[in-house]
Amino acid sequence: MSTLTTDSVKEVTAPRPRFGWLITDSISVSRRHLLKITRVPESLFFALIQPVMFVLLFAFVFGGAIDVGPGGAQAYREYLIPGILAQTVMFAVAGITVGITEDASKGIMDRFRSLPMRPGAVLTGHTLASLLQNILVIAILSITGLAVGWRIHNGFSDAALAYLMFASFAYAITWVGAWIGLHMPNSEVAGTAGLAWIFPFTFASNIFTPVATMPSWLQPFVLWNPVSCLALAARQLFGNPTPLIGDSFPERYPVQLSFAYCFLLLAIFAPLAVRAFKTRNK
Amino acid sequence: MTLAIKATGLAKAYGDVVALNGIDIEVEQGTVLGLLGPNGSGKTTTVRILATLLQADSGTASVGGFDVATQPDEVRSVIGLTGQYAAVDEYLTGRENLELFGRLFHLSKFDAAKRAAELLDRFDLSDAADRGIKGYSGGMRRRLDLAASLIGRPNVLFLDEPTTGLDPRSRQGMWEVIEDLISEGTTVLLTTQYLEEADQLANRIVVLDHGNVIAKGTSNELKSQVGGDRIEIVVESVGDVANAAGLIQEFGSAPAITEDLTKTILLPVAGGSTAIVNIVRKLDENKISIADIALRRPTLDDVFLSLTGHATENTEEVSKPAKGRRGRKARS
Repeated sequence: MSTLTTDSVKEVTAPRPRFGWLITDSISVSRRHLLKITRVPESLFFALIQPVMFVLLFAFVFGGAIDVGPGGAQAYREYLIPGILAQTVMFAVAGITVGITEDASKGIMDRFRSLPMRPGAVLTGHTLASLLQNILVIAILSITGLAVGWRIHNGFSDAALAYLMFASFAYAITWVGAWIGLHMPNSEVAGTAGLAWIFPFTFASNIFTPVATMPSWLQPFVLWNPVSCLALAARQLFGNPTPLIGDSFPERYPVQLSFAYCFLLLAIFAPLAVRAFKTRNK
Repeated sequence: MTLAIKATGLAKAYGDVVALNGIDIEVEQGTVLGLLGPNGSGKTTTVRILATLLQADSGTASVGGFDVATQPDEVRSVIGLTGQYAAVDEYLTGRENLELFGRLFHLSKFDAAKRAAELLDRFDLSDAADRGIKGYSGGMRRRLDLAASLIGRPNVLFLDEPTTGLDPRSRQGMWEVIEDLISEGTTVLLTTQYLEEADQLANRIVVLDHGNVIAKGTSNELKSQVGGDRIEIVVESVGDVANAAGLIQEFGSAPAITEDLTKTILLPVAGGSTAIVNIVRKLDENKISIADIALRRPTLDDVFLSLTGHATENTEEVSKPAKGRRGRKARS
């Protein structure tokens, strides 16, 4: 009995919390979520099917009624794809909100919190897994776009920057979803609340229709809306149509502003979410 | 004597609802403490505070020599926790779950796999190891959950109602597993609503009710608080109840309690078995026929009833319909 005690005390005091654990713990947690995707491939399938349907719907049904300048239907399809990409990374956030609420309302969160792991790793692991899924969806959506006539005109480095921007934004915005998820009482509420705030940002934007067609009182919101910035920046980088209404700041520096939004979202919501995780139910 | 768990004056309130009203708990190294009480008595709150999941409003506690409030990381590396529901990932297999928790315990990849295989084998889950948890029975989930809490070879194990909701056979299986752990010298804090569970597994018992410790001691000490043996006699006809009670009173150590409805007489006695012989003879001489006679030793149920004024069964019934809408904070 006494030997067992001294042994375990040695074991205990040796591994002091290290920063490296945040990385290895995050990888362990994200591996969990990726395994989950392979076990429930339907979740990935429907995450893919929805944006693809939006592409087809707007390219062939609504698109004809929306004018983005010279080029007609072909120009609209080029206009549309960067918008759908922005919409997709927004909608993916609802998934993480539900996932986090579900975890938090089950015993597994207690298990995580009773382990000597880094508390932030539960969230970074989840958000990283969500990013990987997002990257896959963005890739498949881009292929769908190419199939309906969308093209990249500005060369490799601009396109790479555009994709980097989408990935950064996708990662940063999931932290908002995680933060919301930690405040929801159950996954039903999380499902509704997780979508509710996404709708105005996604649709009061330039992703489907040019800003010029909207009432003037709404235009400032639409212009500064991070989703519009992201779509406009991507259109610029890909060389797709960018019908502008003036020379306001967000219209002049969409790429810079998009990256600034990523940084801001991360700087605000990552610490908030980690704090909410630590204090939940304390 | 080394204390594995020491809590002093632990108090916690959720808004206006007092969950814990300043309780003291001490568990010696290598022993099992049973925390007994109905739903809402503060059992789970106590466990959550000791396992660093919850912060006490006041009071101090140390587990394995580490303070739960100021050294949570150290506490987490010496404890294992098994909650009321299986805290595992539904979509992963049993092995994947254990390996995940092993990695999060900072075992190497190799060690995590080895430990997982060891535990699966030990808990009789090797055959189901590579199947998803969704297909596991309730008993298997609980065993996996217990295995998960042992990943880090904890010195102190918290078992929060480990058999609630299990069928009698799985419960028996769970008890055997827990008894094994206890025999290896793990310190265990066990919460339960089942008196027989505390009786079976715990060295010492603390009875909680409404956030207060209302009794503590060994199972035998608690039983002796309610008094000694009683003889329960059921007579054939209702008319004989009062008569019989009068006739046998001389053998009792306290006044007999009679119940006409069930034709039962309860007589507290000092020397159980000789009293039975005397009673049978006396009633036979008086031509009173006996339907049933038995020597009853007090159970923990009796203890609980006499301490709280309500039986455990009642509280369980009350709690059942509320289970579905029970919020996180309303747990006992």
